[in-house]
Amino acid sequence: MKSTYRALYIFAISLAAALAAVLLGAVVLEILGKDPLAVYKVILTEPLKDLFGLTEISVRMVPLILVALGIAISFRSGILNIGAEGQIQMGVIAAAAAAIYLPSLPKIVILPLVLVAGALAGAIWASIAGWLKAKLNVSELLSTVMLNYIAAQLYGFLLRGPMIDPAELQVGSGTPQSVRLPKAAWIDRIIPGMRLHYGFVIAIVLAILVYVFLWRTKWGYALRAAGAGPKAARYGGIKVETCLIAAMALAGAFAGLAGAIEVTGLHRRAIEGISSGYGFSGIVVALFGGLHPAGIVPSAFFFGLLLIGADMTQRIMSVPANMVLVLQGAVILSIIAAKMLIADQYLFERFARMLEKRGRKAAGGKTKAGAGKAGAAKADRRREQP
Amino acid sequence: MNILTFIVNVLSIGIPFSVALLLASTGEMFNQRAGVFNLGCEGIMSMGAFLAFMPAHLLQNTSLAPYANLIGIAAAIVIGALFGLLFALVTVTFRAPQGIAGIGLHMFGWGVAGTLFRYFVGGVTGVPGLKNLPIPFLSRIPLIGPLLFNLNGLAYAAFILVPASWYILFKTPWGLKVRAVGTYPRAADTMGVNVSRTRYQALVAGGMLAGLAGAYLSLGQAKMFADDIVAGRGFIAVALVYFGRWNPYLILGGSLLFSVAQSFQLAIQVLGIRFPYEFAVMLPYVLVIVVLALTPGSVTRGPAELGKPFDREKRV
Amino acid sequence: MNNEPIHSLAVEGITKRFPGILACDSISLDVGEHEILAIVGENGAGKTTLMNILMGLYQPDEGKIFINGREVHFRTPVDAYATGIGMVHQHFMLVPNLTVAENVLLGMREFQKFLWQDMEGVRKRIREISERYNLPVQPDAYIWQLSVGEQQRVELVKTLCLGACFLILDEPTSALTPQETDDLIALLKRMSNDLSIIFISHKLAEVTALSDRIAILRQGKVVYRGTTSGQSVSNLASLMTGHEVVLPCNECTGGSGETILEIRNLKVRSDRGFFALDGLSLSLQKGEILGLAGVSGNGQRELADALAGLRKVESGSILFRKKELANKSPRSIIEAGIGYIPEDRNEEGIVPPFNVRDNLILKDFRSKHFCKGPFFRFDETRQNAEELQKRFDIRCASLNVAAGSLSGGNIQKVILARELARKPEVLIAVYPTRGLDMGAEEFIHERLLELRSQGTAILLISEELDELLNLSDRIAVIFKGKILATMPTRETSKKKLGLLMAGISGEGAA
Repeated sequence: MKSTYRALYIFAISLAAALAAVLLGAVVLEILGKDPLAVYKVILTEPLKDLFGLTEISVRMVPLILVALGIAISFRSGILNIGAEGQIQMGVIAAAAAAIYLPSLPKIVILPLVLVAGALAGAIWASIAGWLKAKLNVSELLSTVMLNYIAAQLYGFLLRGPMIDPAELQVGSGTPQSVRLPKAAWIDRIIPGMRLHYGFVIAIVLAILVYVFLWRTKWGYALRAAGAGPKAARYGGIKVETCLIAAMALAGAFAGLAGAIEVTGLHRRAIEGISSGYGFSGIVVALFGGLHPAGIVPSAFFFGLLLIGADMTQRIMSVPANMVLVLQGAVILSIIAAKMLIADQYLFERFARMLEKRGRKAAGGKTKAGAGKAGAAKADRRREQP
Repeated sequence: MNILTFIVNVLSIGIPFSVALLLASTGEMFNQRAGVFNLGCEGIMSMGAFLAFMPAHLLQNTSLAPYANLIGIAAAIVIGALFGLLFALVTVTFRAPQGIAGIGLHMFGWGVAGTLFRYFVGGVTGVPGLKNLPIPFLSRIPLIGPLLFNLNGLAYAAFILVPASWYILFKTPWGLKVRAVGTYPRAADTMGVNVSRTRYQALVAGGMLAGLAGAYLSLGQAKMFADDIVAGRGFIAVALVYFGRWNPYLILGGSLLFSVAQSFQLAIQVLGIRFPYEFAVMLPYVLVIVVLALTPGSVTRGPAELGKPFDREKRV
Repeated sequence: MNNEPIHSLAVEGITKRFPGILACDSISLDVGEHEILAIVGENGAGKTTLMNILMGLYQPDEGKIFINGREVHFRTPVDAYATGIGMVHQHFMLVPNLTVAENVLLGMREFQKFLWQDMEGVRKRIREISERYNLPVQPDAYIWQLSVGEQQRVELVKTLCLGACFLILDEPTSALTPQETDDLIALLKRMSNDLSIIFISHKLAEVTALSDRIAILRQGKVVYRGTTSGQSVSNLASLMTGHEVVLPCNECTGGSGETILEIRNLKVRSDRGFFALDGLSLSLQKGEILGLAGVSGNGQRELADALAGLRKVESGSILFRKKELANKSPRSIIEAGIGYIPEDRNEEGIVPPFNVRDNLILKDFRSKHFCKGPFFRFDETRQNAEELQKRFDIRCASLNVAAGSLSGGNIQKVILARELARKPEVLIAVYPTRGLDMGAEEFIHERLLELRSQGTAILLISEELDELLNLSDRIAVIFKGKILATMPTRETSKKKLGLLMAGISGEGAA
């Protein structure tokens, strides 16, 4: 009996959370004077209507999965990586630089080198924050955010200066972008005519590897213990400081790799805005996916859908694409609130007891009661505290 | 140019620059003293900047024009309070982790401000903004006068807030409750202090000040609005509170320090010293990291319960 | 503020549930005027929960509270204070970075004006109470500057300032030396002329010395109510636990004489920076239990941390089989064969979200037995867990549940199982039975004695003198970071130990 109550409870809370996020977005849409339901319909269904839309979603999924995997590793190890945005940019720079300045070599040699360069750059950038946290107890929330701003400036400087495409200078347009990367450094497209590239395969393979790493190896055990119980991990002989730095470096590597793949598989040159908020979207994807690779892949699909859908609403209904940020922020807030409520044993017991009483009184209507109870239970709870 | 003129130049930009940081970090100080840190400060500042800008923009050539600024500032304060309330709901009532909640709130606020701006305005437009109000007599004092006594109303309010917030925090019953709740909420609870309510109040106050800080950015400083107008100041404000040991006067010093650093590099550029401007823009952010790294890690003087949710029913 | 004195206080049918636990099961009690009622029971019996309900901190699920015959409802502590009930908690409810006066002001609405605090009024009230009851306190001292005994005085003064005419004291003597305890008992007897007192304790000797009436709680129910006089401690003990409890006792045949661990002149800093261990020297023999007695806060935690490699040793040495272990990494100390049962079982002894199976291999997960290369061998870990569960009687729904959801006793069993299965040569056990019921205590004591007979050297750090006297071959007393004395157990007594714990050494101990 208890497990059905539990399932109902989780369902009720999740539903309430989803509704809350949807409502927050709807409020903003109303202010814009748009019909929220129509907008949501476009966001959720338009991209699925043709092959192009689907491949575009998959294109978005690649950096989302990679960044989210890195964030999942870092969060589970007890360190919050908000710096993926900057780490992606560092990865782009390193990958582009490697592709442009390395001598001509066959693709089999160049491409892995380029990708590794990107991952390494991201790892190093992230390790700064990891080291600061481990050795000097500097909040990684603040340091990674600062590093984002610093990376953005570095990126802009390099793209406008040393790494700018000489052609731009000649023509005089001065668009901050690099030269086109040599073909040897490109990741090939899977479907001709579409932008979907093999980076997608890399992302999926890495998702599986991350699962094995975290749950089936001793290193993963150490990282998870450091995050779940740092005091106990230390007591058990695990070097928590090393774990923190390693976790940040890994997270940075994934973000840097995402940048490298974006530049070699999609754009084929370093451009402005290449990170397009993946650093933050990755956080939502990771949280929504329960910080587990099996959840991250479908979560990436959902948020890829949102991203493409938002682009489309900008074209079709003139709703600015920033709307995505609004939804992402709302989703984060609802998810973390819902997680706490689900984990709240006390609240669950009251919910279960209330269901039992109602179940004894009325014979049916259990599903309806479930959703109502969540609201009533929440209201009750809120009366206990102001 | 001689060194005195240079210093005066730096300060004349630096002091007004510090107002937004000062307002935001004073608000964040109340939050943190009560035990909660709000990284969403950045998003609240975006909303405040936008909501202060809009009335000024919309009412420009109407009869309500003289009141536009006041309406804008009021709107910024209200939205700041609402965001503070939302944050309190998530972190105090639902006890969700404060770090991520802050990032979520930031994304939400930044997104809403950007969406609304792009939809209703779309381009770069200026507004008259706040006018400077020179204090008679005092603003004539050579050198210091124009620096300190020729600022706009919000700036004066911000500086007066420093001793005011010190008094509120250390000499009023509410401040006492805030300090108790941030250090040992269980003890405060047994004395009948409503921990949740006090934290809600602190967060709303903090939110209002963050909204006000945003209003200063769009009306008092840049006199326009853009998606990236806040540029990380909200996060810097959170770091500043820690760096300023949760003390209003040290926070004032910190805000001045950062702003002067920023204006310093601008002044150097004016001197014609060749320096890629991106590195100059980077400076405050690097400074934050350096400062955080150098601040000793002992939090024994700060709110001991910072970041931890309070659950009365939790068995001790 | 209260307007009428409390002549009688009664609770009827109080029931309170926490997730998975029925803390109070239909409890009914009453206290009359100028009476001292002792509420006795093991940890988890429901005493503190009941008192928190009386104080308005928790809401009862069922039941009523009557004061002077009228029913009352306490929604918050303010309501309780208003009727005149005041509580001194086991962990003092004093905000450390505020002064005494500020702490009192927190609860006194009448001195809180809108934009101003009437500090002078608060100070005056503190002085009045202080003089009336002979409880000297300094209103402007910061709490963090005060000693434990001084803080307790502040707590008492605070509750009296708030108008309490009915005091509830929760384990008031847990952090006091035997002498301080005697002083407190005398004080409380004097105060009972003015107030009624409920005090909670599991120390039966104090209960019989102080109280007029006793109520015994077991698993949330009242199992005995009556007058104190005429009750023997052993009778009360068996009522408390529900069965005849004979705790295992060490034969005290002494260790093998071979020193296996030698600590020389250890200097270790505390978190605050001062020297918690100031030149501590101790030696441990194979096959003996060395008990370390001392009031909590004299360096015990720093000693255990230093031995486990979790704290820096500024100077001195720790020699295990003649090899230097000071400042080595925790991992090398673990691999050398030193086991450690930590004080904080919930956060340090286990990784709370990990399941039982994973927690049992916390120290061994890298070993070849559980890992093939970098990958886990799941069969081995499962088998290991199942074996240990049987041997150590770990009660849990399944080995996959989160270890943090287990009861205190079972968490301790998980830790014990893990440590003992590694067959350590030296075991450091810090407050191993704190907060556990007698059944769990019995089990742990038996395992420790078993280990001793197998040749392990055990350093037992505990606050319970009974436990130390029962189990140890030798007892050392720690005071202000140094070992004051070491002696074979049969040459000492509670009284002697009490004096040493307070720092009084020398032949004066009768």
